[in-house]
Amino acid sequence: MTRTKTERRIFSLGVILAFVFGTATISNAMHIMEGYLPLNYCIIWGAVCIPFLVAGFFSIKKTLAKHRKTMLILVMAGAYAFVLSALKIPSVTGSSSHPTGTGLGAILFGPSAMAIIGIIVLLFQAILLAHGGLTTLGANTFSMAIAGPFVSYAIYKLCRSVKLPKSVGVFLAACLGDLFTYCVTAVQLAMAHPSEVGGFRASLIEFLGIFAMTQVPLALIEGLVAVVVMLGLESYAKPELTELGYMEV
Amino acid sequence: MTKNAKIVIVLLLLVVVIAVIPLLFIHDSEFGGADGAAEDAITAINPNYVAWAEPILEPPGGETESLLFCLQAGLGASVFGYGFGYLVARKKYKKKDEK
Repeated sequence: MTRTKTERRIFSLGVILAFVFGTATISNAMHIMEGYLPLNYCIIWGAVCIPFLVAGFFSIKKTLAKHRKTMLILVMAGAYAFVLSALKIPSVTGSSSHPTGTGLGAILFGPSAMAIIGIIVLLFQAILLAHGGLTTLGANTFSMAIAGPFVSYAIYKLCRSVKLPKSVGVFLAACLGDLFTYCVTAVQLAMAHPSEVGGFRASLIEFLGIFAMTQVPLALIEGLVAVVVMLGLESYAKPELTELGYMEV
Repeated sequence: MTKNAKIVIVLLLLVVVIAVIPLLFIHDSEFGGADGAAEDAITAINPNYVAWAEPILEPPGGETESLLFCLQAGLGASVFGYGFGYLVARKKYKKKDEK
């Protein structure tokens, strides 16, 4: 029995590796484009990410050491982020953008774990698909894989502490985390490209108009989809969710 | 139809509605990506800014791009579906064993 279990795990790990190495996404609307951030900002954002990535690495290691069983759910959370970030959805501003898919994993595995999953997604997008970029990897990792998940996690905890139902917490966490990711992107661009007239503020309004406005309906979609997935997991993966401490609160 | 199943169907319908509304009401747009718009904005703010790095690999065109796209969504979905299938079957057979 245990042997087949291990085999299954190795298999699912194999599947994830294959699909991480075999794919990447084309996203037109999530990242700061290669070369569009001055070098000093690239370095600063990259440095900011390092402690989170280290924490994420240890966090995943600890989770898997303590709860081997939850490996499948971790793999699924990663797959979920891949699928969601591949879907370009039309928005009310007349442009398209896509969800991030990082909120769900943040709720289950904690925010720092998502830094690792997120940077894997971003790396392959940058290398294979000319989206985002290696120079802007630090800035993009910070917005999508750190800032967004941390907000999602905080919102979820807040909702639970005021006794809101789980699904409401999941919805708000995924929705606002998604929105926040793009607000951070707008701030990063505005800092690097302050306007001649009106400086940082004028630029920020401009970029928020591009990114955040486009993102509003998508954030709602991301929230709803996260609730759907969580309802499914609650019905079928109760043992794992209990181990992760999701069921108890 | 359990209560959860009903909720799921309603939520998914809502998702479709939110995605379709812009398509119904905005006719003169191609729905290009928002980062293209950001590129234009940077050029408008700072006309002298030159992108100082180039992407390593650029898909030759829209078709190849959409291939990689489908591949990503498809593979992600199959891993996710595999996981869910496993969980659903596990629950089902556990129940049988208990009987």
